[in-house]
Amino acid sequence: MHVPDGFLDVPTSVATGAVAVTGVSVALRGARRELDDRTAPMAGLVATFVFATQMINFPVGAGTSGHLLGGALAAVLVGPWTAVLCVSVVLLVQALMFADGGITALGTNITLMGIVAVAVGWLLFRVISGVLPRKLVLVAPIAAVAAFVSVPATALGFVALYSLGGAAPIPLDTLTAAMVGWHALIGIGEALITGLVVGSVTAVRPDLVHGARRALGSRDLEIRSTLGATR
Amino acid sequence: MRTRTLVIVGLVVALLLAGVVSFYASARPDGLEYVAEKTGFLDTAEDSATAEGPLSDYSTKGVDDPRLSGGLAGVLGSLVVLVVAGGLAFAVRRRGRDSEDVRDDNAGAGSR
Repeated sequence: MHVPDGFLDVPTSVATGAVAVTGVSVALRGARRELDDRTAPMAGLVATFVFATQMINFPVGAGTSGHLLGGALAAVLVGPWTAVLCVSVVLLVQALMFADGGITALGTNITLMGIVAVAVGWLLFRVISGVLPRKLVLVAPIAAVAAFVSVPATALGFVALYSLGGAAPIPLDTLTAAMVGWHALIGIGEALITGLVVGSVTAVRPDLVHGARRALGSRDLEIRSTLGATR
Repeated sequence: MRTRTLVIVGLVVALLLAGVVSFYASARPDGLEYVAEKTGFLDTAEDSATAEGPLSDYSTKGVDDPRLSGGLAGVLGSLVVLVVAGGLAFAVRRRGRDSEDVRDDNAGAGSR
């Protein structure tokens, strides 16, 4: 969903640039509460994994394709503030090194994929987690549902920006239907990848999954010999 | 599984995805590009200022073999993201062993 230069006018791009700078600054403070010696390597891994996975476009429908956004995935694995930083680094590297997403559109892309996707994915994950039993087996399916919704929600964010400062006069209902429709399909891929990755990490090291902490905390304490070897 | 093992396994998977599997990715336009084409605003896109860069569009300038060209770009990009994001995470993290047992968001306040 990388927005190229030219899709949005200059005032809108300046505004999203300001939103991106503010969002990343707030995330830098928030991430401090999520990162320690144990979880910092995970942040590097998650950003690298999101970058690599975004290179794998999967076919969707007849003539289009999609790739992971990774906002919900990163939020559940390393926490929402760190997720904003991870996705923003990926978008920065993509724009500067690979001309993937525009330079003047970098603020727009960070706002959409770095902030909106992460916020929607994380908030939905927390809301669903709050109403379901605190069980480790539910972490991955809940993350998958949150990831699914985050994609059309981010597409809707693009439509909102386009209604403010789109370069061409496009009927809003047509744009909304097309963007949300196609990105709901892409969301299925997002859900599958997110569920698979969160499920895999939760299976081996639930203590390193930010979104699994509540489920872990409510588990009865027990002594397991394998846990001693993990620190 | 040790944290180091998990991170190394994850990085190997990421490098394989970016360096090898990416060759088999769909070349169709992505969702936004497709919608822009169908609804008629794709031609408002402008070339990025970095469009002439040595790795632009995930191919390495001067490497003719498409498999190698894309794979090299993917591996280089992954390593740069790892260094920048990992460095940032280590720079902003709470330091010291006292942070290891922090389980919830407000416990960190008292640990320093």
